Amino acid sequence: MSEVWTRVPGLLASHVLLAAAALLLGLVLAIPLTLASARSPLVARLALGFASLVQTIPSLALLALFYPILLSLSALVGGGIPALGFLPSLLALALYALLPILRNGVTGLATLDPAVIEAADGVGMTRWQKLRLVEAPLVAPVLMAGIRTAAVWTIGAATLSTTVGQPSLGDLIFAGLQTQNWALVLAGCTAAAALALGVDALLGLAERGIATRRRWLWIAPLALLAAGLAVAIAPRLQSTRGTVVIGAKGFSEQYILARLIGHRLEDAGYRVTYREGLGSVVAFAATAAGDVDVYVDYSGTIWTNEMKRTDVPPRAGIVAGVRDWAKRAHGVTLVGTLGFENSYAFAMRGDDAARRGIATIADLARVAPTLNLATDIEFLERPEWRAVRDAYGLRFRSARPYQPTFMYRALEDGTADVIPAFSSDGRIAADRLAVLGDPKGAIPGYDAILLAAPARANDAAFLAALRPLLDHVPVQRMREANYMVDRDRDKRSPDQAARWLAARIGIAPRDQAR
Amino acid sequence: MPAPPPGPSIGFDAVAVTYPGGVRAVDGVSLTVAGGSFVALVGQSGSGKSTLLKTINRLVAPTAGCVTIDGVDVADGAAHLLRRRIGYVFQNVGLFPHMSVGENIAIGLRLAGRRADGRVAELLALVDLPPDLARRMPDALSGGQRQRVGVARALATEPRLMLMDEPFGALDPVTRDALGTSIRALHDRLGLTTVMVTHDMAEALLIADRVLVMRGGSVVADETPAALIAGAGGADAAALVAVPRAQAQRLAALSAPAAGA
Repeated sequence: MSEVWTRVPGLLASHVLLAAAALLLGLVLAIPLTLASARSPLVARLALGFASLVQTIPSLALLALFYPILLSLSALVGGGIPALGFLPSLLALALYALLPILRNGVTGLATLDPAVIEAADGVGMTRWQKLRLVEAPLVAPVLMAGIRTAAVWTIGAATLSTTVGQPSLGDLIFAGLQTQNWALVLAGCTAAAALALGVDALLGLAERGIATRRRWLWIAPLALLAAGLAVAIAPRLQSTRGTVVIGAKGFSEQYILARLIGHRLEDAGYRVTYREGLGSVVAFAATAAGDVDVYVDYSGTIWTNEMKRTDVPPRAGIVAGVRDWAKRAHGVTLVGTLGFENSYAFAMRGDDAARRGIATIADLARVAPTLNLATDIEFLERPEWRAVRDAYGLRFRSARPYQPTFMYRALEDGTADVIPAFSSDGRIAADRLAVLGDPKGAIPGYDAILLAAPARANDAAFLAALRPLLDHVPVQRMREANYMVDRDRDKRSPDQAARWLAARIGIAPRDQAR
Repeated sequence: MPAPPPGPSIGFDAVAVTYPGGVRAVDGVSLTVAGGSFVALVGQSGSGKSTLLKTINRLVAPTAGCVTIDGVDVADGAAHLLRRRIGYVFQNVGLFPHMSVGENIAIGLRLAGRRADGRVAELLALVDLPPDLARRMPDALSGGQRQRVGVARALATEPRLMLMDEPFGALDPVTRDALGTSIRALHDRLGLTTVMVTHDMAEALLIADRVLVMRGGSVVADETPAALIAGAGGADAAALVAVPRAQAQRLAALSAPAAGA
């Protein structure tokens, strides 16, 4: 349990920093808009309409939308705009914070006593004096209530920034959900909720202080918040040069391999941070852009999704093709293969497959219209699915995406009859699943490959630290490590599983070598 | 103590105000208000009296014609500088709710970059309020006190011209009478030029030197109170004067048998 909490302070600091920056940006955007709205009903309608529209977009989608927007913007200005991490999170959350601040500001200004405004004009105030001496102090309590709402929303939504590669308390929630480590989920939720409640309480005090014109009552809580922010920022001011960012997609194997890589690099003297829970497309793009230094992908994934290839050559051919293409098109180095394959493998409950007499995807196609398919979140959108579907004429009664963990659960409890399992998954053996053959060779090879960012192409020490991993991870060991994290009892953390794997394949760090 | 120089004169030259939508609130008013006089603008709701008053301190801009103070067009220069030289009191007072009474009174001085020093107590005394009121917030005052604070605020920068828009409109009759009397006394003592809008002819007759009756945006009568009582000013003025006159007669009739008993 205590191991769970050791990750909280660092992530909490990132979370605070992101939420505070987004709130501040929201405020900076909202205040001039509020003033313009007070002067012009047209601006008010447009601004409030836009802010409300933003609010109807689910926050997860809003975050995801900024990735292509920033990517094309970056392409437009010749690169240099990071499409992942802090920037898209900041922009999405700031837009999200806009509505409550704007709405309260506009309402506050609109409901000011007209007599007070007439008096302000009557005594000879300039427009600026009227704003500073009369409108601002009278609207402040209402505006503060809006800021408070925005702060709580922003802190909550910031947990989702994990999906675009920005570290936050969401890292704990997503990783915990994936590896069914509920202590981790609970830690993330508790920390985020405590942060939101604390900030809400302090801003509530400040709101009351402003409304009742008690100076200390609003200065003290705001000073406390500023101090908290300073504590969160302080460690970031130290140089972060020499820090390696290791990417991981959102499943156990990726978490374990990220740690395996991380431990080796730490051993070689690098400082390491992790960006976990990335989508497939996001992970590759982040590496090409240099936001991620190194991560593990699978040759078939790049082959079909990034290169848009539909032919299926032998495994070695795919790896060679990916190596050339990644270098040529994106400057990304394929350091090498890890030695195992993690392919999509259609799987059924063993007894069910035997009863129905299904051994291959071709057998499956005959009865598929009576069966339910459960997939991971990406599968139904991937070209591999279209290739297999069209090659065998697969039509299922239903097809539903799940978090990978829940995909196995759905198969186990009969909600689904077929899943595209991962061939390196320990649960295939443990759950006695039947893996169906692919006689038509519709599914490409998925060798695990180590991809490194352009800037690391000539970093000899970096590459040397990774090289011992190449072709040293047999699929059986990977399955065992995955199962340690995925199983229900006696679970291990990805970190522990990575150390176990390192020891088992004989590349244990010096200080742990037996 | 030598008499202060009289307040400025005001000139209206073919002043017209047309609101968006075509309503002519003021329809070609030309007249002069002599320096040091107390003029009442009387008329029913919608007669344009408030609008005409507000063209003087530019809360309303004339769509035609011009307004001058001591011969200078009010449209010359910045509006806020003009307004700082003119005291303005209106029915809803508009005290700043987030400022104490003292801060409200001193706001004009603050805007002008002047120190309030002992002025607040002095001004409170001028409108017959105790000095300890300065620390209170406006919401802790009665309606009459609030209106007196409004007058004190208007007088803080020693303006020579006072504009009052239904200043006693929301007050009870006793307070109204007392405040009317003190306003007139202040006007005389400080040598101001005062223009007051009211719908109450009795009040106008009792306080002002000169009464302007407005109807449909035009001035239809321009007389002294004595002349109006004597029947001058035409039908509109006569109808307005008839009300307090009839009330006075009925009151006299009520008291007559009592006197005889």
